[in-house]
Amino acid sequence: MSKIMEWVDERLPVTELLKSQATEYPTPKNLNYWWNFGSLALLVLIIMIATGLFLAMHYKADANQSFDVVEHIMRDVNFGWLLRYAHANGASFFFMVVYIHILRGMYYGSYRKPREILWWFGIIIFFMMMGTAFMGYVLPWGQMSYWGAAVITNLMSAIPFIGEDLVVWIWGGFAVGDPTLNRFFALHFLLPLVIFGVVIVHLWALHAVHSNNPVGIDLHDEKDTLPFHPYYTIKDLYGYGIFMIIFCAFVFYAPNFFLEPDNYIPANPMQTPAHIVPEWYFLPFYAILRSIDFLGSFSKLAGVLAMVGSIMILFILPFLDRSPVRSFRYRPLSRQLFWIFFVDCLILGWVGYNPADAAIFDGALPLIIVGRTCTAIYFGYFFLLWAITAFDIEKHQPVPKSI
Amino acid sequence: MVTESDESRRDFLTLATGAVGAAGVAGAAWPFVKSWSPSADVLSQATTEVDVSGLAPGQMITVPWQGKPVFVLRRTPAQIEAARKADSEALPDPAKDADRAKKPEYLVLLALCTHLGCVPQPIGTGNYGGFLCPCHGSHYDTSGRIRQGPAPANLPVPYYEFKDEKTLVIGKV
Repeated sequence: MSKIMEWVDERLPVTELLKSQATEYPTPKNLNYWWNFGSLALLVLIIMIATGLFLAMHYKADANQSFDVVEHIMRDVNFGWLLRYAHANGASFFFMVVYIHILRGMYYGSYRKPREILWWFGIIIFFMMMGTAFMGYVLPWGQMSYWGAAVITNLMSAIPFIGEDLVVWIWGGFAVGDPTLNRFFALHFLLPLVIFGVVIVHLWALHAVHSNNPVGIDLHDEKDTLPFHPYYTIKDLYGYGIFMIIFCAFVFYAPNFFLEPDNYIPANPMQTPAHIVPEWYFLPFYAILRSIDFLGSFSKLAGVLAMVGSIMILFILPFLDRSPVRSFRYRPLSRQLFWIFFVDCLILGWVGYNPADAAIFDGALPLIIVGRTCTAIYFGYFFLLWAITAFDIEKHQPVPKSI
Repeated sequence: MVTESDESRRDFLTLATGAVGAAGVAGAAWPFVKSWSPSADVLSQATTEVDVSGLAPGQMITVPWQGKPVFVLRRTPAQIEAARKADSEALPDPAKDADRAKKPEYLVLLALCTHLGCVPQPIGTGNYGGFLCPCHGSHYDTSGRIRQGPAPANLPVPYYEFKDEKTLVIGKV
């Protein structure tokens, strides 16, 4: 065996790569369980690609057939229901895991020097995930599929001058239709493979600078680290076990919990359902879009810009945070802002879930006001984080010298 | 030995090759981009004929035209009056009701919200007695004009004409 590996290594240094990048790769020894979510995201990506590939073997992209074909997968294909429910719930879990992954990065300052490029590739992956999930959701061609596609593609029509033509080009017609469905299927197949490629760049950037850690200080010597294998392979596997228990509980016992019932109605281009909401993982961004309604004829463009901006702003986060300390564990003000931001995102999601003209407290407080306030707080987080660190308002607590 | 003129000749050749290469890539990319534009079968223009003789006052039907929904509403006198009255108000997208309905009795609207393209709810919904879009809460009045919410413009009126008393033709050949 070793003879064979020697022969291979002379021609393709596999052993060397495995040693430096996996088995002997030095990892901070104090990582907590929040660091499990990166490898969990990789697990879900693999589940999505595997179930997706086998679903594609039964699926047909055709406006007249797609809805029935998904029902055929559910009823006739052996374990088709399992493939489909695992794929549909997998998308929800993918976002759940990735949101925790992002929030962990925000809390422990993982976006900061020297991890900016690592962070940026993460945002690019997040963008591509959203696009992929959106196009996948169109494929069953239910009511939510159709109207989700109509609304999201119409976002482009807000672009001045070329918007209307661009939308027609994306549709391949004058409304969302068969050409749209076909190209979305093609792209939904392609994009996860591109995501996989970008994940490799993400890991490359990670391994160049090494993992951050809860204390948020740089690694000094070997005493600070453990080899990735077996210490973190086993910890990640433990996380996989917990994850699969929760994931399977949903797939087998509540498979439609995250899905919208209206998507079990075939697409009808003549009627928008009365209660149309996007998938839960888009709700906070959807709420931001909807909150900008006070600018007259500019509201549409401004809403789209605010929604895109709410993600784009993450790109400059590494430059907004000027604190000398990386981890929020030692930054009391930043920590409070972070939790306000977190709760704010949850409220935004809840606002997005409710109808646009809903109100609370017996109609005394229109939800649109809550949405506008939460949108302001969302962007306020980034501004305040910059302000308290740039003007040295925050006094940080003592940071340990070593791990 | 390489002279100065040789060098500039080489620079020119490099540049020219690069330019031809770039033009070639752009030319090769164009068919891919263009393949997304509406195909010939989609482009074939369609008109839709609607028999409006069966419509009672206040009744509304949704008819497909080029794959898009069109509302045909036979308005009641009260709805026409409400639409006329609003002519003088400050509207986000000013338009006279008389310019929007060829016959005041019949309101013909392309039923796609000008915000992000959902179909508004049927007549009598929302705050202005017209149409409420369920997606992001835009309110339209009984002339299909935008009154409240994020939509930037009135519901468009498609080209239509009355072939005779009871037949409405939507679209132009």
